Amino acid sequence: MSGTFLGMPAFPKAAREAVGDERLRANLRHATHTIRDKRARAVGELEDWEALREAGKQIKDHTLRHLDRYLVQLEEAVTAAGGIVHWACDAAEANRIVADLVKATGETEVVKVKSMATQEIGLNEALEAEGIRAYETDLAELIVQLADDRPSHILVPAIHRNRGEIRDIFHDTMKNWGRPAPEGLTDEPAELAEAARLHLREKFLRAKVAISGANFMVAESGTLVVVESEGNGRMCLTLPETLISVVGVEKVVPTWRDLEVFLQTLPRSSTAERMNPYTSTWTGTIDGDGPTAFHLVLLDNGRTDTLADEVGRQALRCIRCSACLNVCPVYERAGGHAYGSVYPGPIGAILSPQLRGTTSEIDASLPYASSLCGACYDVCPVAIDIPEVLVHLRERVAQGGPAVTRGEKVVLRPARGHAAERAAMRAARWVLGSPGVLRTGQRFAARTRRLHPRTLPGPGRAWSASRDLPSMPAEPFRDWWQRTNGGKGEAQ
Amino acid sequence: MSSREIVLGRIRRALADVPAGDHAYADAVTRDYLREHGTRTREETAALLAENLSEYRAVVHRTDADGLPALLARLLTERGATSVLVPPGLPADWLGASEVTRVHDRAASSAYELEKADSVVTGCAVAIAETGTLVLDGSPDQGRRRITLMPDHHICVVHVPDQLVSSLPQALERLDPARPLTWISGPSATSDIELDRVEGVHGPRALEVVLLGGR
Repeated sequence: MSGTFLGMPAFPKAAREAVGDERLRANLRHATHTIRDKRARAVGELEDWEALREAGKQIKDHTLRHLDRYLVQLEEAVTAAGGIVHWACDAAEANRIVADLVKATGETEVVKVKSMATQEIGLNEALEAEGIRAYETDLAELIVQLADDRPSHILVPAIHRNRGEIRDIFHDTMKNWGRPAPEGLTDEPAELAEAARLHLREKFLRAKVAISGANFMVAESGTLVVVESEGNGRMCLTLPETLISVVGVEKVVPTWRDLEVFLQTLPRSSTAERMNPYTSTWTGTIDGDGPTAFHLVLLDNGRTDTLADEVGRQALRCIRCSACLNVCPVYERAGGHAYGSVYPGPIGAILSPQLRGTTSEIDASLPYASSLCGACYDVCPVAIDIPEVLVHLRERVAQGGPAVTRGEKVVLRPARGHAAERAAMRAARWVLGSPGVLRTGQRFAARTRRLHPRTLPGPGRAWSASRDLPSMPAEPFRDWWQRTNGGKGEAQ
Repeated sequence: MSSREIVLGRIRRALADVPAGDHAYADAVTRDYLREHGTRTREETAALLAENLSEYRAVVHRTDADGLPALLARLLTERGATSVLVPPGLPADWLGASEVTRVHDRAASSAYELEKADSVVTGCAVAIAETGTLVLDGSPDQGRRRITLMPDHHICVVHVPDQLVSSLPQALERLDPARPLTWISGPSATSDIELDRVEGVHGPRALEVVLLGGR
């Protein structure tokens, strides 16, 4: 993955800072609660939601279990329809392919449809280094790009910004990128959207090259699908002469018919709408309509390593709806930046450490960035058991073990900082297996409760740095049970 | 070794646990979800389409073949349109009562020229009642994708009941993936600013839908 987010502090530290930012918390709380409630209504309209969810899960699982076959079929269909397919093992290779394709057109600027895959590989920065300027055209991505900021949400990357901040960003920076913001711009959302419309339209009209991702690719027909709301996607997909789509290999589905499941579940899960305003599908190049050259870059970048993990591979079902972010109590308080990746929230906590490996401090901390409450699993439209994968990855971080990195089998060592946890667990096993020791320990702990520190000393400090220590009851449960005869004595 | 072979090789090694006889696609997916939600008469389906389109702030009108030219003329006038983009196969009589200048989308037309048009009038391939969605497939009465994108005002005429289906699965059955498809549910919108929905960012800010024959 891109270096953009590397060098970030581990989740507990980043989250501690974010939690102290009251404006950020207010913006996030408003946004996640609004969309959470709307989503529940949109999903409630479909009495067959659970059947759709199960079908989506099965389609994705089946495709993943035969991914080689479906990718080859997709390649044949795209090629037959006039497209050109490229394969990229990692971010550097994908960026190289795209930069060369853009250079071959002689252009030095491109327009972009919002795409997680291109953010993941740091495409904009790679193009910049080659003298090519990439313009984000989704309103939220524009806000992030103008502010030299990072996205904090999969669906609404500028969710951490309120209207006043957005107004200031437009007023201060639009002029550096093209058409300046209108005079007297206020913080009315309609005015801000109008400013973005005027600013971006000149870019759409002159662009010769566009770069997109795709929500789905259909193997049997070679069709790509982009789901959006604003029309910037349609602009990029149809006006330029050359279209380059960078898409993760896991986005393929076998048949056209499979879209009937995902086009019902994706909009309702993500924007809480029955259907998003615009969906575009295209198959290769189409005579007389739209781009005359179409390139599809199929991206691995850690996906095949994820596929090799029998528990973790379910993360590849993800259709990037972001419902799990909006219900997550940890995301709501910590915000997206703390996750140190373009994939924040619960899905990011299982996807990033699998795509990037668990060797960095931030990636080793992500499986712990959860309360394991399970709300993310409940809302996931493809039923990814995120808590299961989190626990699985915690085990990998704490104990090490076999994994696949860049296609090679490796044996991971336990991540640093987990020695204290392992020692504590061994001690717990001894205490819990020895009733006398447990009883004595509990009584001692209860009687000394007023003396307990708020944080743990020594190696335990790492644990209590991100948690409040539970307060100790005045009396152990067992003593209470004996004294009151299981509560009967107390009732009188 | 090419990157293609490397990636496919990694996938095959990653899937070593998948048994060779793993079930075929046909058996892999339980499709016990609904083909449509609820039972409705044709008239109720049309009413649902109108309701869902309106909820997404499209303006819905109903008329018959005789009333269509006058209705279109009125809608264009109310909008103050002086020019209208016309797909090559739009029935000639539809705009028979309109005074506005017709602009044709030629291969040589640039996006700059098309942008100057005030409105666009098209037909439709399929309309989906449950989601309030219109699907255009580039047929001659709908034209290229760009013409329904550049003007700020789009009038889409839907034949009811011929082009009307209840649900998304029924719509996909009718559509050809080889064609370029544009699915439209309401005017262009964004919710990127504090999740307040604002109509009209890059696509048309006004969408009017005429249900033809459903009166």
